[in-house]
Amino acid sequence: MASGIRDKVAIIGMGCARFGERWDADADALMVEAYLEALTDAGIEPGRIDAAWLSVAMDSINVGPSGIPASVALRLDNIPVTKVENYCASGTEAFRGAVYAVASGAADIALAIGVEKLKDTGYGGLPVRSRGTMFDMIGVVGSAPGNFAQLAGAYRARHNIAKGDLKRAMAHVSVKSHANGAKNPKAHLRKPIDIDTVLNAPMVAEPLGLYDCCGVSDGAACAIVTTPAIARSLGARELVTVKALQLSVSNGWELQGAGWDGSYFHTARIAADRAYREAGITDPRRQISLMEVHDCFSITELVTMEDLRISPPGGGVKDVLDGVFDSDGDIPCQIDGGLKCFGHPIGASGLRMIYENYLQMLGRAGERQRSKQPVLGLSHNLGGMPNQNVCAVAIIGLDGA
Amino acid sequence: MVGIVAFGAYVPRMRLQRSAVVAANSWFNSALKSHAKGEKAVANWDEDSITMAVEAARDSLNGQDREAIGAVFLASTTLPFADRQNAVIVKEALNLGDHVATLDVGGSRRCGVSALIQAVASAASDGTTRLCVASEKPKDRPASESELTHGDAAAAFVVGAQREIARHLASYTLSADFVDHFRAQGRDYDYEWESRWIRDEGYGKLAPQAVAGVLRRADLRADQIDVFILPTSIRGLAAAIAKQCGIRSAAVADDLSAVLGNCAAAHPLVMLARSLETAAAGQRILVAGFGSGCDAIVFERTDAAASPSPLLGVDGWLARRKPESNYVKYLCLRGQLDIERGMRAEFDQKQPLTALWRSRKTVLGLVGGRCTQTGAVQFPRSQIGVSPNNHAIGTQEDYPLADRKARILTYTADHLTYTPDPPACYGMIEFDGGGRMHAEFCDLEPEDVEVGREMRMMFRIKAVDAQRGFIRYFWKATPAVSS
Repeated sequence: MASGIRDKVAIIGMGCARFGERWDADADALMVEAYLEALTDAGIEPGRIDAAWLSVAMDSINVGPSGIPASVALRLDNIPVTKVENYCASGTEAFRGAVYAVASGAADIALAIGVEKLKDTGYGGLPVRSRGTMFDMIGVVGSAPGNFAQLAGAYRARHNIAKGDLKRAMAHVSVKSHANGAKNPKAHLRKPIDIDTVLNAPMVAEPLGLYDCCGVSDGAACAIVTTPAIARSLGARELVTVKALQLSVSNGWELQGAGWDGSYFHTARIAADRAYREAGITDPRRQISLMEVHDCFSITELVTMEDLRISPPGGGVKDVLDGVFDSDGDIPCQIDGGLKCFGHPIGASGLRMIYENYLQMLGRAGERQRSKQPVLGLSHNLGGMPNQNVCAVAIIGLDGA
Repeated sequence: MVGIVAFGAYVPRMRLQRSAVVAANSWFNSALKSHAKGEKAVANWDEDSITMAVEAARDSLNGQDREAIGAVFLASTTLPFADRQNAVIVKEALNLGDHVATLDVGGSRRCGVSALIQAVASAASDGTTRLCVASEKPKDRPASESELTHGDAAAAFVVGAQREIARHLASYTLSADFVDHFRAQGRDYDYEWESRWIRDEGYGKLAPQAVAGVLRRADLRADQIDVFILPTSIRGLAAAIAKQCGIRSAAVADDLSAVLGNCAAAHPLVMLARSLETAAAGQRILVAGFGSGCDAIVFERTDAAASPSPLLGVDGWLARRKPESNYVKYLCLRGQLDIERGMRAEFDQKQPLTALWRSRKTVLGLVGGRCTQTGAVQFPRSQIGVSPNNHAIGTQEDYPLADRKARILTYTADHLTYTPDPPACYGMIEFDGGGRMHAEFCDLEPEDVEVGREMRMMFRIKAVDAQRGFIRYFWKATPAVSS
C-alpha cells in the first residue's frame, strides 16, 4: 500500500475572504482578499510559488474556464495553474493538487485557491444547469435540497425513527451552527436562532425547511503549502501538517446497482476509513479534535457523523441532541458556523474548512477559539447528491500529532 | 374474421370541476351556467395526446403479445408534432420493433373512427395485428362552451384475426365538407358555427345516412343495434338521432359527459372501450364519428373472454380521480395563462437530437440492461456492468423496465426546483426483479409517498423546449393502483 501523505507537507499560510452576499466584489476581488491574507501569513514573496491550483465549481457563471483567471487576478509569475472542478469537493481538490505537487518534489511551494461568485445569478440557491446530455434525458433535475432531503425518509426507515424526532435533531444541528456563526466575523449568517424558528420555517424540500439549508455565498479561500523543512527554514515555530487527503467517487453503484438504501453516503465511509488509515487514526471519536463537515443540509451533517465513524449507526440523533458536536461538546462540528452559516461558495468551501482547522490549531480563532488545544482537525466535502457523489476527507494536525 | 382482440383506455387523473370554471367565467357569459354540473378529465402539464395514447395502448396490451403487432395507427386532432411522426413516438415508448409500421391519422373529429375502420380493413387484408389508438387533448378558449364540454382521454384497440372479443360486421364512411368548426394550421383554437345549424343540418342529416349505410352493409335492422355510440356535445342529440334512425332508446350509450367530457376524435373510441367492458356476447355496437362527414362501424361482441386486457379500462381510470377546483391552476397547466414562473424556469431544455437517437431505447422505451453472466439488472444499460462483484464487459442485453412494478427507496417534495406543477416530487425507486433509478413522480399526493410504496411507470413529458418547440419525453413513477 502507498505510504500516504502523512506529515510530508506543511501549511504555511492560509487566507479566507469574508463570505456572504458580496455585491461589492467579483471573483477576482474575492481571490485577492483570500490570497493576500495567506501570503502575509506565509511571509513569502509571490515569486516563490512554483505552482497553483484553482477550484471553481460553477465556472460558466463566474470566472469562466481554465486556470487563467487565478493567474491574472493574482498576477502569478507565469507558473503552472490548473483549474479543478469536482462538485462541492472542488476546494479540497485544489488543496490536494498543491499538496501532492509539494510531496512529489515537483514544487517547493504551491498554492491552492478556491473561489465562487454565486450571487450574480439573479436568484437564490444554486444555479440550474445541465449535468450532461444523458442526465438531462433520464435524470431528475431536482434542487440540491431536494436531492439531499431524500436522506431523511430513508434514514428514518432504516433506523425506525419518528418524523418529529429526526426533525428536532436536524433543527439542533442548525441552531448549533447559527450560534457558532454568530461569533465569526467572516461568516455569511451571523444571527443566532432558536429551535422553534427552525421547526416553523417554510418548507424547501420535504422535510428540509429554510433553516435546514446552508447559505449560498460568494467567497474565496486560499492555502500555501510547502515541505516541513522549508516551513521551518521560513521560521515557522508550530507546524500544521497534512495527515490525510482522501477522495472517494461514486461509480454508479448507489444509483444503478443494488443494495444502497439511500440513508447514508457510501463514498463518505470509504473516504473516512482511508483517511484514518493514512493518518494513523484508530479511534476517530477519541482522537479527532475538531470537525468541519459538509453541512449543506442539516440531515447531511447528521448522517455524516455516522459515516465518519464518530457516531454509531443510528446513533447520530442521540449524539446531536446530547450536544456532542456543539462548540463546547466532545468533538465540535462547524465551530466556525459551517456551510450553514459561514457560507458555501462551492469552490472555496473545502479550503475554508481547512482554514478554520488551521486557525484553531494555532490558537488564532478569536472569540470562537476552542479552549482545549485541538491537535487533529478533520474536514469533509460532499459533491453531487446522495445517490451519486464525490466525497473528500482531509485531516490536518499539529506536527507530531 | 377480423375484429377487436383487446382494448384499453386512459383517462387523466385530474378532474376539473365545471362549477369552478363557471364561477370564474359566468360574469362574462351567463349562459355558461347551464354547464355547471359535473367534472371533466384534464391532462396535467406533462401529458399530451402522445403520452395518453401510450397509456391507453399499455392498458390494451395488458397480457397481450406485443410481438404480433404489425402497425400502429394514432388518431388525434391535437398531436403535438406537425412534422416528427407522433405514432412513431408511441411505438418507441411501447418498445415495439422497428419493422412495425406507424401512421398518424388526423384532420377531423371523425379520425378516431376513420383510423379504426382502416385498421380493421388493413388487418383483414393481410391478417396481421394492428394497434389503433385515438387520443385527444383539446385546447379550448377560456370562457368558451367547449372549454366546459371537452375532456381529455385516449382509447386503444388491438385489431386482429385471432380470439377477437368483438367481431367486425361492417364499416361505412360518408365524406362531406360540412364545416361545423375548423382550425387552421398554427391556430390554437377551433372556430365554431351555430349549434342549431350543426344539430339540424349536420348531425341531423349526415349521421342517419352513415348509420343507414353501415346497417345496410352489415345486413342489420336498426332495432338490432344494442349499443349506439354517437358523441356530440349537443345535449339529447344522440338520442334524437337514434330515434330518427329507428335505434332503441335503451341502446344509446352514456356519453360520459358528467364525469369525463367529450374527447373529440378520441371520444367514439373511448365510449366503445367502455361499452366493451360490459357488453354481453352477441350484443351489436354501432360507433359513429362525426366531422367532415360521418364514419360508422359495427361490431358484435363474441363470447371470448376480455381478460386480462384491459388493465384498468375506462371505468378503472375514471375511478383513479383527483378533483380540482382551481380554474387558474388549470389555465396555467394548460399553458393558457402566462404567470411569473421565476428565473429557474429559464433553464434551456434544448435536446441534442443526436443523443436522443443514440439512446432512444433507454429514453423513450425505458429499456435497461441485464448482465447475461450475473443476471443483474441496471438502468441505463452500460458497456461495463455496475455490479461491484463483477464489472463484466459487454455482457448486457436489453431489459425493458416500463411495465415492471417498482418500490420507493427515497423521496422528497421539492418546492425550490422549477416545475409547472409544484412541488416537484421525486426519489429513488427499485424495480421488482432488480434495477433502480432516480425518478420523477407524477399523479400523487404527499400521503401517497413512503419508503416501500409500490409504484408504476408512466410515459410523460419530461420537459418542453418552448424556445424551439420540442418536447422531451421520459418515464415517471406514480403510485400503483390495482386493477
